[in-house]
Amino acid sequence: MPSRTTLHAWLMLTPALVLLIGFTHYPAVATLWHSFFSTPRANRPARFIGAENYLALAEDPVFWQALWNNLIYAGATIPLSIGLSLAMAIWVNGKLSGRTALRIAYCTPTVLPMIAVANLWLFFYTPDYGLLDQITRALFGWGPTNWIGQRETALGAMIAVAVWKEAGFFMIFYLAALQAIPPNLYEAAAIEGASRARVFFRVTLPLLGPTTLFIAVNAVINGFRLVDHIIVMTRGGPDNATALLLTVIYDLGFRFWDTATAAALTVVLLVILALTAAAQFLFAAKRVHYR
Amino acid sequence: MSATTISEAPALPRLGTLLETAAAWLLALVWVAPLLYAVWAAIHPTGYATRFELLAPLTLSNFAAAWEAAPFGRYFLNTFVLVTMVLVAQFVLCTLAAFAFARAPFRGSGILFGLVLVQLMIMPDILLVENYRTMRALGLVDTILSIGLPYMASAFGIFLLRQTFKQVPKELEEAARVEGCGTLGILLRVYVPLAKPTYLAYGLTSVSYHWNNFLWPLVITNSVETRPLTVGLSVFASTDQGIDWAIISAATLMTSAPLLLGFLLFQRQFVQSFMRAGIK
Repeated sequence: MPSRTTLHAWLMLTPALVLLIGFTHYPAVATLWHSFFSTPRANRPARFIGAENYLALAEDPVFWQALWNNLIYAGATIPLSIGLSLAMAIWVNGKLSGRTALRIAYCTPTVLPMIAVANLWLFFYTPDYGLLDQITRALFGWGPTNWIGQRETALGAMIAVAVWKEAGFFMIFYLAALQAIPPNLYEAAAIEGASRARVFFRVTLPLLGPTTLFIAVNAVINGFRLVDHIIVMTRGGPDNATALLLTVIYDLGFRFWDTATAAALTVVLLVILALTAAAQFLFAAKRVHYR
Repeated sequence: MSATTISEAPALPRLGTLLETAAAWLLALVWVAPLLYAVWAAIHPTGYATRFELLAPLTLSNFAAAWEAAPFGRYFLNTFVLVTMVLVAQFVLCTLAAFAFARAPFRGSGILFGLVLVQLMIMPDILLVENYRTMRALGLVDTILSIGLPYMASAFGIFLLRQTFKQVPKELEEAARVEGCGTLGILLRVYVPLAKPTYLAYGLTSVSYHWNNFLWPLVITNSVETRPLTVGLSVFASTDQGIDWAIISAATLMTSAPLLLGFLLFQRQFVQSFMRAGIK
């Protein structure tokens, strides 16, 4: 017979669990299930077609392009945003003049809606009279560049917006962690005459391990989830140069109403996320020092 | 550089500091540039959106034009309802669940907690297609409730509050029990007050997340009565407004203003609440 406490625990857990299962676990499993069926249409219901949706994906160059783009996108935004946020946190935590102003400046992108800033960045990237072209013309004498309209620069432009959006948010976590490091550790290092670089790599960085792990988890998720600006600025174009897995899922599911292929692509995305979660877990078990 | 320089040795680190300060400020400039530009474009006539002259005439007509051009009043109301609803639901659901995980362990609660954490990695944003199907089955498509529902049980909130509750000394709980508090009384009188910084930090993150959320609301809403600001802004900017940067900037500033003002007023508390919440 379950004890009173257990009964209480279940009562308290049930509302949250119902919603979690309903909108996370069930849809994840249902996605897998539906990925083996054809898209239901008005006059013919969904029927089991095995791996056909996956085979169709494998033959679709847009899928491979989006997968490759997404790996580049994640591979660039994750280290850039983490590295920049750490630098920001150290600057804001140090003795630089005007720290408060710096902190506010770094944090503003965090509170601005991505969709709103996408409009602003759209202007920055406008050929010829956009701000970026005005600056590059003044500094290097470059001609007009269609930053988001040409294949070579479009993905990079999207990566820049994502890093700009994320870094300030991550900085807050690093800042909180930096302020929790006991000052006597730095005093001890100073007495031993350790250089700044040495202090950073031997004292600061190891103590930031758990924070870095937390931030890395978030950065990985954002590497696949943060696509608002792409949907507004390029819609995956030009010529799929900025198509990511989630933008293709959105296009398939809600513009072409091809829910079966969208389900198969979602499964691919879920597998990627599961693999990175597992990798991070293994890495963390080995390397992160918890206090 | 200054009179206190006695030997050659400190000159190098000082140059380093100078370079670092310059880099920090340059980065800060890049980081606020879009906002500064939006302010510039919004308070000047359209013609000055791409010409930067110090003495350009000032105007507020862009704000009026943007406000007239789309039902922003309604969008504001929708976003406000959405954010409040999600926040209240998250606080209640996550508090109860976190308390159960922190202080009433039972057989299998570890596995259950692991299942909850799955949502940290697989967020509802990614499961658009299937969640849309669920909402259609529930008859909730194009309601404000449907925008918030998938986010109400938040693994992040449960995780944070569980960590905080675990740090509460057991003696406090026992003292309250001696005084005749039931389980719910202990939760409300001992645990919740002690977790205030966590609630503040989590609340701020949640509000800014849902104020800014775009893709799921875009998918699930299709009328003025339910659209939040973000979706309304994208509809507005993508229709005939085309390239009128002044009006788009004004609309952009309007939609972000409440969060931005709140952040500027409370930015110190914003950062400190994360420190006190022990999110690290």
